[in-house]
Amino acid sequence: MACLLEAPLRISVLSEVTATSRHYVDRLFDPDPQKVLQGVIDMKNAVIGNNKQKANLIVLGAVPRLLYLLQQSSSSLELRTECSVVLGSLAMGTENNIKSLVDCHIIPALLQGLLCPDLIFIEACLRCLRTVFISPVTPVQLLYTDPTVIPHLMSLLSRSQRTQEYITQIFSHCCKTPEHQTVLFNHGAIQNIAPLLISPSYKVRMQALKCFSVLAYENTQVSMTLVNVLVDGELLSQVFVRMMQRDQPIEMQLTAAKCLTYMCRAGAIKTDDSCIVLKTLPCLVRMCSKEHLLEERVEGAETLAYLMEPDVELQRIASTTDHLVAMLADYFKYPSSVSAITDIKRLDHDLKHAHELRQAAFKLYASLGSNDEDIRKKITETENMMDRIVSGLSESSIKVRLAAVRCLHSLSRSVQQLRTSFHDHAVWKPLMKLLQNAPDEVLVMASSTLCNLLLEFSPSKEPILESGVIELLCSLTQSDSPALRVNGIWALMNMAFQADQKVKVEIVRCLGTEQLFRLLSDPDTNVLMKTLGLLRNLLSTRPHIDQIMSSHGKQIMQAVTLILEAEHSIEVKEQTLCILANIGDGNTAKDLIMTNDDMLQKIKYYMGHSNVKLQLAATFCISNLIWNEEDGKGSGSQGSQERQDKLREMGFVDILHKLTQAPDSSLSDRAKTAMQQYLA
Amino acid sequence: MTYSFYLTTGNRRLTNHWKELLFNRKPAAPEHRHRATDGHRPTLTTSGTRGPTMAELAAGSLPLGDPAFNYQDEELTERLKRLYPAVNEEETPLPRSWSPKDKYSYIGLSQNNLRVHYKGHGKNHKDAASVRATHPIPAACGIYYFEVKIVSKGRDGYMGIGLSAQGVNMNRLPGWDKHSYGYHGDDGHSFCSSGTGQPYGPTFTTGDVIGCCVNLINNTCFYTKNGISLGVAFTDLPPNLYPTVGLQTPGEIVDANFGQQPFVFDIDDYMSEWRAKIHGMIARFPIGERLGEWQAVLQNMVSSYLVHHGYCATATAFARATETLIQEDQTSIKNRQRIQKLVLAGRVGEAIEATQQLYPNLLEHNPNLLFMLKCRQFVEMVNGTDSEVRCLTIRSPKSQDSYPGSPSLSPRHGASNTHLQPGGESPTCSNGVTPPINYSESNSSDSTKPHSANSTQETSDSEMEIEAEHYTNGVVEGSSARIMNGTYKHEEILQPDDNSIGNGVTADEGCINGKQLCGGNQAATERMIQFGRELQGLNEQLCREYGKNATHKKMLQDAFSLLAYSDPWNCPVGQQLEPTQRETLCSALNSAILESQNLPKQPPLMLALGQATDPGPG
Repeated sequence: MACLLEAPLRISVLSEVTATSRHYVDRLFDPDPQKVLQGVIDMKNAVIGNNKQKANLIVLGAVPRLLYLLQQSSSSLELRTECSVVLGSLAMGTENNIKSLVDCHIIPALLQGLLCPDLIFIEACLRCLRTVFISPVTPVQLLYTDPTVIPHLMSLLSRSQRTQEYITQIFSHCCKTPEHQTVLFNHGAIQNIAPLLISPSYKVRMQALKCFSVLAYENTQVSMTLVNVLVDGELLSQVFVRMMQRDQPIEMQLTAAKCLTYMCRAGAIKTDDSCIVLKTLPCLVRMCSKEHLLEERVEGAETLAYLMEPDVELQRIASTTDHLVAMLADYFKYPSSVSAITDIKRLDHDLKHAHELRQAAFKLYASLGSNDEDIRKKITETENMMDRIVSGLSESSIKVRLAAVRCLHSLSRSVQQLRTSFHDHAVWKPLMKLLQNAPDEVLVMASSTLCNLLLEFSPSKEPILESGVIELLCSLTQSDSPALRVNGIWALMNMAFQADQKVKVEIVRCLGTEQLFRLLSDPDTNVLMKTLGLLRNLLSTRPHIDQIMSSHGKQIMQAVTLILEAEHSIEVKEQTLCILANIGDGNTAKDLIMTNDDMLQKIKYYMGHSNVKLQLAATFCISNLIWNEEDGKGSGSQGSQERQDKLREMGFVDILHKLTQAPDSSLSDRAKTAMQQYLA
Repeated sequence: MTYSFYLTTGNRRLTNHWKELLFNRKPAAPEHRHRATDGHRPTLTTSGTRGPTMAELAAGSLPLGDPAFNYQDEELTERLKRLYPAVNEEETPLPRSWSPKDKYSYIGLSQNNLRVHYKGHGKNHKDAASVRATHPIPAACGIYYFEVKIVSKGRDGYMGIGLSAQGVNMNRLPGWDKHSYGYHGDDGHSFCSSGTGQPYGPTFTTGDVIGCCVNLINNTCFYTKNGISLGVAFTDLPPNLYPTVGLQTPGEIVDANFGQQPFVFDIDDYMSEWRAKIHGMIARFPIGERLGEWQAVLQNMVSSYLVHHGYCATATAFARATETLIQEDQTSIKNRQRIQKLVLAGRVGEAIEATQQLYPNLLEHNPNLLFMLKCRQFVEMVNGTDSEVRCLTIRSPKSQDSYPGSPSLSPRHGASNTHLQPGGESPTCSNGVTPPINYSESNSSDSTKPHSANSTQETSDSEMEIEAEHYTNGVVEGSSARIMNGTYKHEEILQPDDNSIGNGVTADEGCINGKQLCGGNQAATERMIQFGRELQGLNEQLCREYGKNATHKKMLQDAFSLLAYSDPWNCPVGQQLEPTQRETLCSALNSAILESQNLPKQPPLMLALGQATDPGPG
């Protein structure tokens, strides 16, 4: 008994093994080949539709014997064919049956069988292979272990409609990774399968179509090839469009729409192509309507969300198509109250799909609202939308939580929504809860949303601050994931903008200067930029500048020097010069620059830089340094005189004078204002 | 009248049309009928080969002889034929352009009446102006579509695109009034017979192409913008709507496409979906165990029809011959018939009494029906037909002298010419079926024995004669003597001892001009006034119990209005007095009785006939 079964199952099954089952197996060992054949045929008739019988025969060891007979070249073709039919029948049973068959190495045996020239036998083997491969318990990798298999399968595609149906079905189920796509692509999958799209058999057309959808998914190479393929003189995209016609079966419309969606996302078809705008998008919107099956509605919504994610024009069109925004609200009504009472089966079905429906709707809302303010407004005005998002944030299903936070994130890009609905529904509460203990995926989205909620005009900012968010954000900046580090520091930056001294001190204390400077040397430019932004926000208004510079002045000046000396983008340098300008605005902090001739030389250098932005920032800094004090403190005006003199000595006046003639008006204006300080 | 007929029956007729569309078979040659409402297209009543420009000729706007135009026109005809294969344009022409007659003066038309521009002041909404297409959307389209391109949004872009029924005020934008529907460009709202819009779609402006699709299968409408469907805008649309556009500020210009150009929206695809849907519905329709029992089904249909209308003897004979059973027992059939006879004779008071006696609680449970009956009773009192009044009149020799004719005779009756509008008027076929068989039969049977009443000839199936009464009247128009024959026939049956028959025959003049309220009898008039008060009381009671009812109010108002005229038979509400008006009530009462007995309120045969009848004419 070569087949492995889980122990408890084996016992329970064994106890029910009947004499007749044993008799079927015994006959496989008869010395007379004719009797063996008859035995296999009888076995075939006995197992059809009888799961118990199937399990019995597997337990009694029929599989290895059948495989042996199938592989024996001495067996008659008829016997070998019948053996594969019986095996195929066994595979139609439970998942455990499939496991047993795979464990008995049925796949290599059947693949071997495909080398036989007899078509009937090949078809029987393929049918069995198909049944095994479409089961979720079969490792798809088994198709790719022998490199000769794929080319052989490709060559069998021309044999008959059955081979076409089975092989394409196997491909569409076994193409799960980019590597699989490449293997199939390299063996001519496109050329071999494309003609099948116009096969007279619906099943063949459908399976071929499915193949293309899995091949094109996130695959530029395949997608780019597909747009140029002609089928019977017609472009493939046109064939897909025809398959999306409204009188075609829903499954075909949906799969064709997926193919075009994937080709579009891979850049092979433009987003303003009429086959996308007038065909694919409306088709997918239709799939979301109530009249379709729940599975179709989920797939339709997810595909549509994917299609329009990067394109605001498609989002706008979709938002006005067939009342899509309102239509999606129905996705949240499962299980419906009616189904609970009237129909247990329906309730079960609804329950199974309820999570999927909700997450699909959230995804689609997120995609719809990612750019356009009007669409966001339309979404938040949909019945109970904010409540649904709030409860979605704390659902048990991780998929729903992720989709809900994506949706929230998308809507949080709206100033108006942040000010109104977000505050009214206190979305920050479940969001904070979500941040406590979530997988990275969710964390990225949630923290990104938090960034928006911490913007200075957001009324949620205050309560979030009070809930002890700083520590959480500081810990995010230490994450291994750059996305989380960016979001953490970004949120802190937003928080520090025009904040109280207390908050600023708390941020610096909690983050720690060490971590702050570590972030200033972060390999991710985004992190660096946001950290500089944080510094800049911390260093605003004179008392704050002076206080922070008095405690951390040395390190900050060091960091600034390092960044200005290193290879960085213009944006980074500009941001750094702005920090210097802010320092120059302080009362006491000024001296940190004035006493640092090296730094002054750097500023001088940037005033003469070829980039106007950098010139402007550097001039700004100088302007702050030479500014006449107006607060009436005697020492101040005296100090400004000294600084002015020193800077004149260093040649800044000449540079400023030159800059007053600069072609850029904001730069020349800035220089003129600075020059006036000397005249005053 | 045809209009109201459509109202109740549009749906099913459409299904028929759709079936035809589906099977792509040519509609059966329609029997030829004159139609009163087809006034604006008189030339089309002649059948025969018709060139594609016929409709344009009728519209009276298109220049002929321009070869380029003729070519375009041919293309249009081709496209329309392909889109709406079930439409017979000789009967129901398709809209092909805007109507130069059916528009407000601020609207200007050009480019073969396809381009619309605004030429008013455009100061405020009072300057709004609309134009309708030349023809309403034929029901046989199943799905109808047209597009409008915004050439210029003008000053403010207050443009409305939609549908409206004939007669809706043109000094308005589509959607603002009853039986008017529109989608407006300035705010993107939809207006469903209301001055306030509902948020519907995006706004539209110069360069946009707006499409309007009317689905006559489920009576909904959706719009498209630049080829994208915006979703359902209106439901429960009435039939016979015209494509309509409205403009309100200077500079606004729009172009219509009724099929002259290919549409931006893929309407064929939408139609194919519905075709597939209905195909599937038919294919999946459960037949179950009834399969193969067609004969029994057919027999049952015939039998139930006979029983429904109370052809008792025929039904019994049929049942005997086919060895089937009648669903209703004989007495019940006879009872129903007696009541029907009373209603048709205008003796509503007796009918109510009989109903209450034979079917207790029926009217108590149908207060609306009771109210309708009482209202009718009042009208019949005015007419002098109701027994309560009648018994008074007959005893008065004075009135007999002055009004020798049967009080139930209305001189206008003969002229009402029911025969010419069988679809619109025939009340028993409220399902919208063209004249049921029994009418034509009785017509012919009557015409073969026009003097039967004079000779007081008894017919074997008197019930049928009674049923036929009004049709008899209708057929022999122009001869008031014959009309009276018809009427007297039943008078005689109901009241064989009434000896005023002879007078009736000779009373031509009296009939035409000399009718008086309640037969001119004082006592009868007093009784009528008293009854009117009771009726008013009943209305108030119903209002208290069930809330206000606009229909009741209108009914009562109409009935009472009769008293305001010196000659009620020749007044604007005089139509009520016509005996044909009894038929609706009669069939309503019959249906109510049948329903109370758990029998179908409509005979299945009529349903089937309605579905099978050629839907061409309306």
